[in-house]
Amino acid sequence: MAKQLIKNDQLIDDNWQVIALADEATLEDAAALPIPAGPAIIPALVWLAQRDALRSRADAGDIAVSLAPTFRVEDIAQDVQRFAMIAVEFPKFIDGRGYSTARLLRERYAYRGELRAVGNIGRDQLFYLKRVGFDAFLIPPGQDAAAALQSLNDFPEVYQGAVDQPLPLFRRRTA
Amino acid sequence: MYHYDATDKAIVQARVRQFRGQTERFLAGQLSEDDFRPLRLQNGLYIQRHAPMLRMAIPYGLLSSTQLRTLADITGRYDRGTGHFTTRQNLQLNWIELSKVPDILEQLASVEMHAIQTSGNCIRNITTDQFAGIAEDEIADPRPWAEVLRQWSTFHPEFAYLPRKFKVAISGSLDDRAAIRVHDLGLQLVKNDAGEIGFTVYAGGGLGRTPLIGQKMIDFLPWQHLLTYSEALVRVYNRYGRRDNPYKARIKILVKAIGSEEFARQVEEEWLHIKDGPNTLTAEEVARVANQFASPAYAAYPASTSTLASIATQHNDKAFSRWLERNVHAHKMPGYAAVTLSLKTPGAAPGDATVAQMEAAAALADEFSFGELRVTHEQNLVLVDVPHKDLHAVWQRAKASGLASANIGLLADMIVCPGGDFCSLANAKSLPIAAAIHERFADMDYLFDIGDLELNISGCMNSCGHHHLGAIGILGVDKHGEEWYQITLGGAQGNAARIGEVIGRSFAAAEIPDVIERMIETYLAQRHADEAFKDTVARLGLPPFREAAYRNNESAGEAAHG
Ligand code: HEM
Ligand code: SF4
Repeated sequence: MAKQLIKNDQLIDDNWQVIALADEATLEDAAALPIPAGPAIIPALVWLAQRDALRSRADAGDIAVSLAPTFRVEDIAQDVQRFAMIAVEFPKFIDGRGYSTARLLRERYAYRGELRAVGNIGRDQLFYLKRVGFDAFLIPPGQDAAAALQSLNDFPEVYQGAVDQPLPLFRRRTA
Repeated sequence: MYHYDATDKAIVQARVRQFRGQTERFLAGQLSEDDFRPLRLQNGLYIQRHAPMLRMAIPYGLLSSTQLRTLADITGRYDRGTGHFTTRQNLQLNWIELSKVPDILEQLASVEMHAIQTSGNCIRNITTDQFAGIAEDEIADPRPWAEVLRQWSTFHPEFAYLPRKFKVAISGSLDDRAAIRVHDLGLQLVKNDAGEIGFTVYAGGGLGRTPLIGQKMIDFLPWQHLLTYSEALVRVYNRYGRRDNPYKARIKILVKAIGSEEFARQVEEEWLHIKDGPNTLTAEEVARVANQFASPAYAAYPASTSTLASIATQHNDKAFSRWLERNVHAHKMPGYAAVTLSLKTPGAAPGDATVAQMEAAAALADEFSFGELRVTHEQNLVLVDVPHKDLHAVWQRAKASGLASANIGLLADMIVCPGGDFCSLANAKSLPIAAAIHERFADMDYLFDIGDLELNISGCMNSCGHHHLGAIGILGVDKHGEEWYQITLGGAQGNAARIGEVIGRSFAAAEIPDVIERMIETYLAQRHADEAFKDTVARLGLPPFREAAYRNNESAGEAAHG
């Protein structure tokens, strides 16, 4: 299978298994969800429900959480340093909430681990995604991930300060 | 005006390359219509009734003559010879071929222009007062701030996929000519007691199907914090604005739902985290940008040499005097005036300009106004720096090009959207209504007698023609597949912005001129001396106008429709 995961500007294999929860799941459902062994991406709600049980696995680097667009990142703020990876979901690429989530994770909660954009994203979003702090992008199957990689260089310069370049252009312009 | 440096140029050129690639992928079938739509919208490209429509940005309505000539060239080369200036100070072309758009963008880039974020759910073109920099009532020039905001919002990585569009307007004068209270974010430049510059910030204004007036967020935001505060505000909107229903997705709905105080509190809380961060503006940057808006080299005319009245007397020509009265505006410099070139000449669609008219306007700017023009949100062009001594020559030249209708601010100076003739969202046509009103009120004596009157027309609830803000507003509605028109009264733009009230059931197109005329007769009969139409409406309320509108109106069609 073609490699669809871009990380640190390279195509690599993806070793994480994704554990899903139904959209309307309650905290009880989340508490009851079995988590198989090995590296697993679990919904943030499941983390909140099974925090104590999963803590040692998280510390061993086996737990990543995924954040749905409606999930408030504030609710896992004190735990972010425990995760080997955080995946931010984009069920539809026109739903831009995940961009703010990413900035908050990087800028406010000082999260330094892998920040992965997953879902309905592609080469036309990558440049912005990278700017707000994503360093990994799971390109949906069927899309040319190698071509998508090129788009990270679409623009030679940027105006505003964000995660990849905290200084706005006006602090860097040479007269 | 602001000139791009090498970096600004490189960014805009990169955008052209990016969009060329996207268009090629779309045309080759590698990008679906759904995936391409948001990308093309963020480059101003709609698919409309007849053909793709391209909306080109005129940042804060400011144009050089070279830029206007380029727009004229593009209009002639790629369209059918007429461009449409919009209430958001942009230019729309209605007959564009999709495959040509990258070439058009490239041509725009060659004169430091673009179509970036003129549509789509992102931060749009920032609008301001057409008299910025020359108005007598100016507190501070809004243009440098608009340019600073333009750069901040251009390709803002966090805000490209907002719940809905986000429009910003900024006013630097006492009298708000930028309609800031009906924008998602409205900024009023103010000075505090220490003489320092800041902004009174309003948010949550907007028209559309739920028209709302913007609410005050903060009284005095020191200028250093303009970008961080805006970022906090848009972030709260991006995170919590509704996304389930596009009609409820504008920021105004969020502000209304949680209350403006709670919204302001959330913004403040967010802002405290990023306040004083790297995006805090520096005095050097503001000076760098402001320098580019320095006044042109005005000639020193003695303060007392001429007044508009003395010029009128000197020429003793009624048509010229009328033009001076309506189309010529005060200027902060003695011996200078601003001139509005009317795009409301009966027979043409309001806001439309032909290639020849654009070229004529560019030539007038070069000869008489330091090579600069403005686009107004009332859809006209302005030469802002015309010496008094040249006014007569400008008038004659403008007249020869059909740009001198002496109707600015009068009933004929309507704001009108393209409506059903072009727009695929329309419920009804708006251009034929405007034409019928122009025809009915063709008599200049009558128009002058009526005086100041804002009449605005939109072809559907999206309100592109600002009908809610017209002293008279006309809205196209669909009833069982037929085109009908609803009338609102009492709207106002500016500092006292107000949403008009619907007078009652709607009318057929053919009835509109009579209805307007009867309401105007009521006004003429009942007005106090020097009272404008909207003030008479405010004093008397709707009933006498409603009565006039529906008098004689036993229209069979309407009765059947209820
Ligand atoms: C012909 C193509 C056009 C289309 C498809 C279009 C579409 C729309 C839509 C869908 C909205 C409503 C947005 C919302 O409420 O969220 C809107 C609002 C608006 N449009 Fe247009 N428009 C067009 C042309 C124009 C033109 C020519 C003008 C200027 C004359 C204009 C000025 C505006 C303004 C000022 C609003 C804002 C109203 C508000 O604040 O809610 N549009 N447009
Ligand atoms: S008001 Fe309606 S008809 Fe008019 S341009 Fe806007 S969307 Fe089209």
